[in-house]
Amino acid sequence: MSKRGIVLYLHVHQPYRVRKYSVFDTSSRHDYYNESSFDTDRNNEKVFRKVADKSYRPMNVLLEKLLANHPEFKVSLSITGTFIEQAEAWAPDVIESFKRLVATGRVEIVAETYYHSLAFFYSRQEFERQVDAHRVKIRELFGVETNVFRNTELSYNDDLAKWADDYGFKGILAEGWDPILEWRSPNHVYRPVNTKNIRLLMKNYRLSDDIAFRFSNRDWSQWPLSADTFSDWANASIDQQQIIDLFMDYETFGEHQWQDTGIFNFFEAFVSKWLDNPDNTFYTVSGAIDAFEPVGEISMPYTVTWADTERDLTAWLGNSMQQETLRYIYALENDIMMTGDLELISDWRKLQTSDHVYYMCTKWFSDGDVHAYFSPYDSPYDAFLYVMNVIRDLRWRLHSYHHIGGLNG
Amino acid sequence: MLGWELPPHNSGGLGVACYHMSKALALKGAKIDFVVPYTAAHPGIDFMKIHSATVLSPLERYGLGAYDSSKVIEKPLSKADMNDLKDMRGVQKRYIKFVEQLVKRNKPDVIHAHDWLTMEAGIRAKELTNAPLVVHVHATEFDRSGSNSGNPLVHEIEYQGLIMADRIVAVSNITKNIIVEKYGIPADKVEVVHNAIDVSSFDDGYQYDYSTYKYLEALKNEGYTIVTTVTRFTIQKGLANFVRGAALACQKYDKLVFLLAGDGEQRDELIALASSLGISDKVFFTGFVRGKQWRDAYSVGDVFVMSSVSEPFGLTALEAAHHGNALVISKQSGVGEVLHSIFRYDFWDENMLADQLIGIATSQALKNSLQRDVMYEYDRISWHDVADKLMQIYNSTKQGVK
Repeated sequence: MSKRGIVLYLHVHQPYRVRKYSVFDTSSRHDYYNESSFDTDRNNEKVFRKVADKSYRPMNVLLEKLLANHPEFKVSLSITGTFIEQAEAWAPDVIESFKRLVATGRVEIVAETYYHSLAFFYSRQEFERQVDAHRVKIRELFGVETNVFRNTELSYNDDLAKWADDYGFKGILAEGWDPILEWRSPNHVYRPVNTKNIRLLMKNYRLSDDIAFRFSNRDWSQWPLSADTFSDWANASIDQQQIIDLFMDYETFGEHQWQDTGIFNFFEAFVSKWLDNPDNTFYTVSGAIDAFEPVGEISMPYTVTWADTERDLTAWLGNSMQQETLRYIYALENDIMMTGDLELISDWRKLQTSDHVYYMCTKWFSDGDVHAYFSPYDSPYDAFLYVMNVIRDLRWRLHSYHHIGGLNG
Repeated sequence: MLGWELPPHNSGGLGVACYHMSKALALKGAKIDFVVPYTAAHPGIDFMKIHSATVLSPLERYGLGAYDSSKVIEKPLSKADMNDLKDMRGVQKRYIKFVEQLVKRNKPDVIHAHDWLTMEAGIRAKELTNAPLVVHVHATEFDRSGSNSGNPLVHEIEYQGLIMADRIVAVSNITKNIIVEKYGIPADKVEVVHNAIDVSSFDDGYQYDYSTYKYLEALKNEGYTIVTTVTRFTIQKGLANFVRGAALACQKYDKLVFLLAGDGEQRDELIALASSLGISDKVFFTGFVRGKQWRDAYSVGDVFVMSSVSEPFGLTALEAAHHGNALVISKQSGVGEVLHSIFRYDFWDENMLADQLIGIATSQALKNSLQRDVMYEYDRISWHDVADKLMQIYNSTKQGVK
């Protein structure tokens, strides 16, 4: 019988943020993602270099150390195409350290859309092209195949599971949300409804969020969280069960939770503590699927994500500005693809990254929960205006290809 | 003359009007002492003497929020600290002290005060010198607040100023009606003197730059009609009705786009409104524009809309006409009183606005006629006529007729 284990999965992503792109730039300059000022978090190079120092470099060092010291330690990573392109440009050593991790054979790469987009909900064709592009990029860079899929923001529904099954993935990831699980535990492998071979892993959000969100919160009754305490919780949670799916942003380590919160030391101590128990181990996402049979069937007719208390897409699609933006973007698909212009296609795809509409989210105005949302723009409305102007400029560039019909207000 | 701003340190039309009015009056032989509440150079103004009532820079003065009366704390002058120049009331108190000293040294024949900002100083100067007081109303608190509310202190100052004035000048019949109906002032005390436009001030070698709004020019080549407005985004300007009218027009006729040049407290609301109506890609927000971007905003337009809920005059409409726009003006905007070759509509009548926009956009003949004919009209309104009327008013007060 297989040991019980933690399935640690970290999501690595950086978007190409749009600069202050005005009406006066529209149809004159096409450098949407190239903020010239270095004093703002719209400057992608600045942000990337900062996060590389705070998170990517120290965390990869820690992961390498854990892999060296603990033969049972394993981790799964999803790394977006927009991250890889920026790392290649500004921190090639970070790419090299990821390669060393993958070369150990105990680090699995998870599949997703290259551009961290919501394309699944707008264009199946474009969605598949981005999944394919990501698989190719991962193959080129790391020499490995991806077998398990996660969609942007962990968004998931039955249709997606069906698609991933038909595509040939052996596993897919989703939020272990109580209204879906009801009396069931997330600590097992499941089978999505109406599928043949694919397996479903569901995030244990309580334990995941203890690290990802609550770790440095001094108002939290459990602060400061020690490795011993967390290990006790994990051992209690997994009692008589199989796996604990700890899913979170990679940037939790060093960026969301700064080094001075003790996050790195905590994590190193926890891995050691967890493995002190001979019944415990770690699994990659594929490893967990191979080790355990599904205990039941899960259906999610409506889309569930890992975001906010609502666990839905309202942070990305909740207001009319966000809906309009994505409607305009995907309306361009055929005309853009017809050009065969790789630069134009790439600029259009970078605009599909979900972060852009996230910056337009206004729902915290009612929540009063402003600080939960980070944005490099003065307001959601500014973010919207810049993206609208980019859309107009894309139309302008299309117009020069097709000579008619490209412009539209 | 008691004013609050002069070009180039003006934030709106008040400074422009004061400048041209004074210049034209000087040409008629008037000797003007003009008081402003800040210290700065005014290049090119040699036809009158400018007095600075405080050491504030124009920018610091602007930060007081003269045009946003909600920022003015309700403070009677007796409680205002004259040494607190960060407070609007403190600055006004200092301004009054300065005017007191000035008129003691140099007794005026007539005191001409512009808007509530300087009315208290005007009243004080009249008390000290017994010279007649002419109060010039460019906007009332009812206009600024876009409703019957507004700042009660400002209402009170306006009321006192209007009562104490020997004669009142209103920039339009709309403004005169407000003065008569809301403040209960006898109609025969109020003279309407419309503002003019100084066309020669535009003859400065300006050439329209097609690349400023390159995308809009491309749309024009595709047959789109560009509808513009250049304004502050405040409730007074009626822009929410404008955007809803725009959406209605787009339902019937697709080749319309809207350029909203300017900025203000209502911006976010307008952006959200446009997107909820599904016309975000048809509405262009420039942010605050000045200089070339400001002039070119007029030039790129085919039709200019003034959608104000309450606009005492509305000089920007004349500027837009000068740059070749057909004009669509709300009936609540005073400038419409002096023009005939324009469309008018009630600011709330979004269907009417949509109708008029589609009519202009779909008829080249109509558009060209409106654009051409309105030019003859505003050209006939001159600041010399304004100065003549003001001189008559000054003389009537000296004779003690009213």
